[in-house]
Amino acid sequence: MEKLSIKDKKLEAINLNVYYGEKKVLKDVNIAIKANTVTAFIGPSGCGKSTFLRTFNRMNDYVEGFRKEGDIIIDGKDIYQKMVRVEDLRKKVGMVFQKPNPFPKSIFENVAYGLKIQGINNKQLIEDTVEKSLKQSALWEEVKDDLKKSALSLSGGQQQRLCIARALALEPSILLMDEPASALDPISTSKIEDLIWELKEKYTIVIVTHNMQQAGRISDNTAFFYMGDLVEYDETKKIFTNPEKERTQNYITGRFG
Amino acid sequence: MINSEKNRLKDKAFQYFGLGCTILGLLVLAVFLGDIIMKGIGRIDWDFLTSFPSMRAKKAGILSAWVGTLWMLGLTAFISIPIGIGAGIYFEEYAKKSRLANLLEINLANLAGVPSIIYGLLGLEIFVRSMGMGTSLLAGACTLALLILPIIIVSTREALRAVPNSIRQASYGMGANTWQTIWHQVLPASMGGILTGIILSLSRAIGETAPLIVTGALAYVAFVPSGPMDQYTVMPMQIFNWISRPQQDFQVNAAAGIIILLCITFLLNGIAVFLRNRWQKKVKW
Repeated sequence: MEKLSIKDKKLEAINLNVYYGEKKVLKDVNIAIKANTVTAFIGPSGCGKSTFLRTFNRMNDYVEGFRKEGDIIIDGKDIYQKMVRVEDLRKKVGMVFQKPNPFPKSIFENVAYGLKIQGINNKQLIEDTVEKSLKQSALWEEVKDDLKKSALSLSGGQQQRLCIARALALEPSILLMDEPASALDPISTSKIEDLIWELKEKYTIVIVTHNMQQAGRISDNTAFFYMGDLVEYDETKKIFTNPEKERTQNYITGRFG
Repeated sequence: MINSEKNRLKDKAFQYFGLGCTILGLLVLAVFLGDIIMKGIGRIDWDFLTSFPSMRAKKAGILSAWVGTLWMLGLTAFISIPIGIGAGIYFEEYAKKSRLANLLEINLANLAGVPSIIYGLLGLEIFVRSMGMGTSLLAGACTLALLILPIIIVSTREALRAVPNSIRQASYGMGANTWQTIWHQVLPASMGGILTGIILSLSRAIGETAPLIVTGALAYVAFVPSGPMDQYTVMPMQIFNWISRPQQDFQVNAAAGIIILLCITFLLNGIAVFLRNRWQKKVKW
């Protein structure tokens, strides 16, 4: 894998250790992620990949007993410094969760929420942003005539694309996705995957997935985690065809996990 | 085979036992209601609702009592709702695991079990005497507000807890702070449950007599209160007053008063059920 210059590093973890109470869930993780790429985190359940993902937008702050050592750097800045406001951080680092979790409000209000809480009242701007975001998430054609309908009336796959639109409305530069397709049927999954591929042009995407084929299909680079260790991190092609570590090989070929 | 036959019998037996218990409970209530209605329904007319109490039973009315009850209800709601919801939000959304919160929580659970007469004495000492409110509507309302606060807080907490965490996460994930998340997402989603709790606790408050006797509700009031510092009576007080008189005609008045009090309570409970159904339909997870 090519060495990244400082300028190319969008996200970086340096000697990161994470604890939940006494339990150490991430061990000395080092990673550097390039802008406008899709990076997949794979590994068996409980290996720490979701925890790692959530350190990038500090969603772990709400977990009781959470503690970390080492640094997370985004665009050259340590995001765990006291001066950083998490609210601002999360506008820049959007997140899509495993289970679609739209707000029990209209489709329009779901997408407009991020602007609303920033105090933006310009109706035209909000409407334009909602339309743009829904187009980006390939949902516009399906919902443009009933934006007032409850988001909960959409199908699971549509809900998840709505959640993506909602995140995009804030114009983040990074998108974190925590198994975004694991609760969806194959057709919805393929739609989400196509979407990720398109979004790559404008966003840096990090995706946690249990689905090996999915990681192979959509990611540029893949990081394999096992028991809190980052075992191997390389170009997806290399990880899937010729991994360096035996443990990676075993996992990829389905011998465990 | 024999065993399963036995189990089936047991199952049936318990089913009838449960049915019996339900009918028994309802039957007692039905008999009581029937008795009251037979006695009092003929006495209810426009004059009864618009007359002040009187020495002569046939001329006596319930005007000062129901107006006092509405005043009491409004003031109690005004005082207890913001405090109750605020405290519920604090417990559920902010102070989840601190020792202070634990201590407060235990006290809250205990408060809910304190007899209402004790609240009355507390109200007498604090509101009537120390704070100088006298035997006013306000003093009574403050006392009743204290009485129903634990119920409002507990039901608010339950309603907030029913909002799935994924909603909070989604909101935080979009850069909302805790207050924005509560205001825009959690409160609207839990409003049905919170309102239901408030209305049920208020319908308990309008039936309370003991704390108001202690804080100085009057038994004979021939005027309508015009402000929170006025003296007052409430419906349970008036009913109690009539029922303790020997003359048969006053018993009839009491029955009529009970019917009206029950109507108000049923109305409030009806609103609670309506709100719950409406909000539940709106919010489905």
